[in-house]
Amino acid sequence: MGELTFRMAVTRAVDEEMARDPNVILLGEDVRIWGAPRTEFRGLYDKHGPKRVLDTPISEAAILGAAIGAAATGLRPIANIMFANFLGMCGDELINQLTQMRYMFGGKIKLPVTITGYFGAGVSAAAQHSRTLTGLLLSIPGLKIVVPSGPLDALGLLKSAIRDDNPVIFLSHTLLLSRPKKGEVVEEEPEGEYIIPLGKAVIRREGNDVTVVATAAMVRRALAASDKLQQQGINVEVIDLRTLVPLDKQTILDSVRKTGRLVIIDEEVKSASVAGQIAAIVAEEAFDFLDAPIKRVCAPDTPVPYSPVLEKFWMPDEEKLIKAIVN
Amino acid sequence: MKVAIEKQKLISMYTVMLRIRMFEEKVAREFADGNIPGFCHVYIGEEAVATGACANLIKTDYITSTHRGHGHVIAKGARTDLMMAELFGKKTGYNSGKGGSMHVADTDIGILGANGIVGAGTVIASGVGLSIMVRGTDQVVVCFLGDGATNNGRFHEGVNLAACWQLPVIYIIENNLYAQATRITNTCKVENLSDRAVAYGIPGVTVDGNDVLAVYEVVSEAINRARRGEGPTIVECKTYRSHGHYEGDPQVYKSKEEIEAWLKNDPVLSFQKQLAEIGVLTAKEANTIKQELADEMNRAVKFAQESPFPDPEDTLEGVYA
Repeated sequence: MGELTFRMAVTRAVDEEMARDPNVILLGEDVRIWGAPRTEFRGLYDKHGPKRVLDTPISEAAILGAAIGAAATGLRPIANIMFANFLGMCGDELINQLTQMRYMFGGKIKLPVTITGYFGAGVSAAAQHSRTLTGLLLSIPGLKIVVPSGPLDALGLLKSAIRDDNPVIFLSHTLLLSRPKKGEVVEEEPEGEYIIPLGKAVIRREGNDVTVVATAAMVRRALAASDKLQQQGINVEVIDLRTLVPLDKQTILDSVRKTGRLVIIDEEVKSASVAGQIAAIVAEEAFDFLDAPIKRVCAPDTPVPYSPVLEKFWMPDEEKLIKAIVN
Repeated sequence: MKVAIEKQKLISMYTVMLRIRMFEEKVAREFADGNIPGFCHVYIGEEAVATGACANLIKTDYITSTHRGHGHVIAKGARTDLMMAELFGKKTGYNSGKGGSMHVADTDIGILGANGIVGAGTVIASGVGLSIMVRGTDQVVVCFLGDGATNNGRFHEGVNLAACWQLPVIYIIENNLYAQATRITNTCKVENLSDRAVAYGIPGVTVDGNDVLAVYEVVSEAINRARRGEGPTIVECKTYRSHGHYEGDPQVYKSKEEIEAWLKNDPVLSFQKQLAEIGVLTAKEANTIKQELADEMNRAVKFAQESPFPDPEDTLEGVYA
């Protein structure tokens, strides 16, 4: 068995699903020669051919619009949109078409589209290439949202996303899907079919004192923080949500009922964030179990700044999480 | 008449045009009476475009449509009773009361929905073309859009993509002179909107959109080209929206002279006259068709009236598959 990086996981998931189902196609900018800018689709054009791996013009509305039209007529497209910020270029396709057509048509159509892309800050990519936009995405009924925290999850969740009969957005964190030789996270490559169902959170670390909810790049930061807190005698339970929609509410509520405390670390601006949504759910459904106010470790309500010093201040991290838990 | 079309086909086309006209007249009345909620955009005056285009299509071909979509979906074969029930917001409607006038869809016969967003269909249609290419069938997709949509960025992205990949898409621009209340001449410096095709390296044709046979012939050529794998065509149909942008629109932006001039060129009456002249349709036959359609529309309204509203809890259904 070999090593599996996040990038390799994405390649393998798409490759396996394209081999399994002839209706799966991949379209996006530079997917042919580069295999997209992070090379996560490299080799797929040579293997699956020009009818199934399609280089598009820089036309995000046409990429997602074409995916919608193709899905409405029998295909199972993967639309690579590159950075989540670029969803702004296909806002109508995302908000008004893809995610509403089934509902508007009285449930009489399936649109099995997987949107792939990069999200998140941490590499000084500045405001237009760094947002997670998860709060915004959460407000779009009809969309499933997958936010994996490592290579194995990327593999298993992306395969489920492609097989899902609904629109799914699968977002690879820019820190996890780094280019080779930049300190990639490596896990052991699994043999055979590796699938993780959407909507099942995983407890990355068990603890009795406080529940920390995290996703994507924040999971590692939460685990690092909990290692340090362990030394101070604080046992943190770390939940990795894996998917924001469907949301595994039960795992969160069960954990809070056990620990009595909840801190959410969320790489998004605090207003209208996923963290706010989880806090509201717990306040509504497990208030009596809380021993302390819920805390949210989020980014400030500003665009993402460029300079590493400013970006570090902006981004939630281990120290900010520890501070929130200890206080 | 340049093309040789069988008598039965001509009568069928006339019937479709009149079906659209009479459906829309019924809708305008029911809307005015308060029986149809929401927004309502009728197709009166433009019937020749949808009819001439869709007369070339078979059941397995596709269309995408617009906010003014009743005519397109009727021409593609949609049932007027299920449409009327949808407009009334009833459970028995095409979309179970979830969509209304701007979203009527019947995917079983290739109707991928009317669409409330101007220009949205252009990129979706390109994706349908992609799907046809990947699946290797000889289907085509007709994308209806208005003059206003050609000023939207999606038009550029969608047409360019279909041109690059030589997809079997026919973009039919219904130039009815107005985008809402604004004349196309105020928002576009191109006289014939089909000239925009030059920018994509594809054919563009402008045709009299009130002449159903002219539309039929031009679209027929474009479809043959598409089925041969030679890519998309832009067809501009110059026509006129006899009603306002929406039902109730006082149309202060139109002159009386303009309205009267276009009324003389009414596509349904012109075609009826043309068919009478060549001896295809007698006054008696025309009356019979009209009576049958009047009965159909009365049945459609009755069906809509008597159908139940959805259960309030149905709101929660149909988001995810």
